[in-house]
Amino acid sequence: MDRRKSIKSIILGSVAGGLVIHGCKPENAPITEEAIAASTENYFGRTPEELKIIEKLNAEQFFNPHEMESLTTLANLILPPDEKGSITAAGVPEFMEFMAKDYPPLQATLRGGLMWLDHESNSLYNAEFKTATEAQQKQILDRIAYPNIEIPEAKRPLEVQFFSIVRNLTLTGYYTSKVGIADLGYKGNQPNVWDGVPDDVLKQHGVFYEEEWLAKCVDQSKRNDVAEWDELGNLLS
Amino acid sequence: MEIIESSKIYDVIIVGSGAGGGMATKILSEAGLKVAVVEAGPYFDPGAPEQQTQLKWPYESPRRGANTVRHFGEYDSSYGGFNIENEPYTNAEGSDFRWYRSRMLGGRTNHWGRISLRFGPDDFKRKSIDGLGDNWPIGYEDVKPYYDKVDKLIGVFGTNEGLPNDPDGFFLPPPKPRLHELFYIKGARKSNVPVYPSRMSMLTKRINKDRGICFYCGQCSRGCSVHADFSSGTCLIFPAQKSGAQIDLFVNAMVREVITNDEGKATGVSYINKEDRKEYTLKGKIVVLAASACSSARILLNSKSKQHPNGLGNSSDIVGRYLHDSTGSDRAAFIPDLMNRKTYNEDGTGGMHVYSPWWGDNKKLNFARGYHIEMWGGLGMPSYGFGFNHNQYNEFFGLKVGGYGAGIKDEVKKYYGATVGMSGRGESIPQKNNRCTIDATKVDELGIPVLKFDYKWTDNEIQQVRHMHDTFEEIIHNMGGEVLGKKPTKEQNYGIAPPGWIIHEVGTTRMGDDPKTSVVNQHQQLHEVDNVFIVDAGPFVSQADKNPTWTILALSWRTSDYIVEQLKMQNI
Repeated sequence: MDRRKSIKSIILGSVAGGLVIHGCKPENAPITEEAIAASTENYFGRTPEELKIIEKLNAEQFFNPHEMESLTTLANLILPPDEKGSITAAGVPEFMEFMAKDYPPLQATLRGGLMWLDHESNSLYNAEFKTATEAQQKQILDRIAYPNIEIPEAKRPLEVQFFSIVRNLTLTGYYTSKVGIADLGYKGNQPNVWDGVPDDVLKQHGVFYEEEWLAKCVDQSKRNDVAEWDELGNLLS
Repeated sequence: MEIIESSKIYDVIIVGSGAGGGMATKILSEAGLKVAVVEAGPYFDPGAPEQQTQLKWPYESPRRGANTVRHFGEYDSSYGGFNIENEPYTNAEGSDFRWYRSRMLGGRTNHWGRISLRFGPDDFKRKSIDGLGDNWPIGYEDVKPYYDKVDKLIGVFGTNEGLPNDPDGFFLPPPKPRLHELFYIKGARKSNVPVYPSRMSMLTKRINKDRGICFYCGQCSRGCSVHADFSSGTCLIFPAQKSGAQIDLFVNAMVREVITNDEGKATGVSYINKEDRKEYTLKGKIVVLAASACSSARILLNSKSKQHPNGLGNSSDIVGRYLHDSTGSDRAAFIPDLMNRKTYNEDGTGGMHVYSPWWGDNKKLNFARGYHIEMWGGLGMPSYGFGFNHNQYNEFFGLKVGGYGAGIKDEVKKYYGATVGMSGRGESIPQKNNRCTIDATKVDELGIPVLKFDYKWTDNEIQQVRHMHDTFEEIIHNMGGEVLGKKPTKEQNYGIAPPGWIIHEVGTTRMGDDPKTSVVNQHQQLHEVDNVFIVDAGPFVSQADKNPTWTILALSWRTSDYIVEQLKMQNI
């Protein structure tokens, strides 16, 4: 089911299990469920000024075609494609291009690091990094992919810092994408009713809920009953 | 340039629309008064499709949630931050105060943590207990009825525990703890640090027909589209508008000063319309300042006249003084027993389901006052920064850190949800010399003179934060965890956050019975001008180790009741 339909029906109450439903849409709801669904497609909550910044950055191009291809090659080595997804399906190269413009302090390291890769590859194998064989590429990466963690990041050689930045951006880009989130197994960002950690998970990690604590917690079957208290603050409903 | 004057005379002009301004708007307008609300930022409704950030995915944005534009990340619902273009502030030498502002309807209530702690009896009378600072001129018994009303009107989950200085209230039932919170409960108790369900203003249960119920997306900082958490717009101003009260809302309108007449009484405010950059005046019988502690002080200091040469209400030179923020420090940890997690939706409410109120006995400690502990962790939604240093915890197992290739995904999954963090938020001692003044050398883009801060922590706050780190490390050890990062040293002032960083700044127009040592009386009315009131956190004499919002709301309601009563008696 597509996202628009799924949000709409969860709020209308036809999909998710029993409890969820009635909580989400009060009478005289301030906004309609159609509006929520539509907004998830049309906007992501930017102010007009923020939209202008994005438009301006999108109109610029930082990496040249060769640099984009080299970055893509590198990101594919860091996170090789598998049946769950790939850095290209996750839009990682475009994300790196955007971040280089959105956060200019990245620029010199990224561009300089790509030059370093080509220089090394040319010296050793007489080929640009992107056209070297995978074995050759990995020989270069093995020298920069395992930082000495005793040395603070800013004091490490440029090429080591460069690799860490590209790996970080590759992983963030992948795991914040649709395919990456599914691959990771993140299950939230949707209307639901939290009713505690599943029993098998509690067992797996060797913890349990105390009866006394649970007795204080919300009874989700009564979440839709309007709260009433006695004069001492004891909840009656 | 000609100043454009409105002929309408309001009963009350309210400056600012955050917690204090929103509450005053609701109470005063529903009492039948004609109210103008003047807000420096745009209109905002977290449910409006074009403004909504709730339930957005990181990939809907080209920066995947990075905080290059908004301080707390791109989906946080705060228009503003510590640095706002063309709205500078300055610091005296050796001072590093940070000033967070949200320019929007509802102000900082749109993104705040919703931690809703009422003060306890001791919090109003600290001087009597430890001899430091000053007592409030009012006590818990004066504010309790209003805390109770705020609980019932707005909704807050929590539990009645009968604690002496963390009073019971009218709570909605709390949500069950998450997995990492169960680990925290175990670890903290081993160190005799008590843990209770947190007290947060989200609706775990219906409180009226107008607002929705929490659907557990964990995104309160983005604002709630069904209005199931507290923000000033959704819970106070919109309902008042709906009820037919007379409210004129002025947005993108930055107040410059309070205008006074020959007798020195306030007759209205002047503001600058950000859209046409022209100056306007509004006339009103009463002016209620709720612009935030520092902004209200700035307005008073900029309101100079023949009758008030030192700024409005400032012949005592107390306006801007006694500025104080919560102390704060944070620590993170890796918990091996939380590795290799089965994933499920544990977004829960925004923020924590459990917390630790202050438990210590200061007689046995080398600092005054206390702090509470907030905590975080869990299987959160990936956003910009996720996967950075993906296998840094390898070092704890003697494995190589770094690398590339097919194994990376397994490492990311192995460590997903195994990080937790703790934050201490404590009470500082207000100092007369910690203050904001007007920096006559600078103006903002609207031509309004800006604030200059001068603020230094004392040893009391620094020792308190040192204690936080000792406590965090002990609890982390009890949780079977590895502390991340090095313990801050003496040279680093034990890791105390810069003043202002915790965004609980209060005290600039403090309350008292003596006009020589305070700015407002116990009704938050200027000693010197009886038709000007302040309902933000400026009047706080001390801020407790509690977050200020619930007390701002209670005191604003109390003051609003007083205004209505005084108007009826024709005293103002």
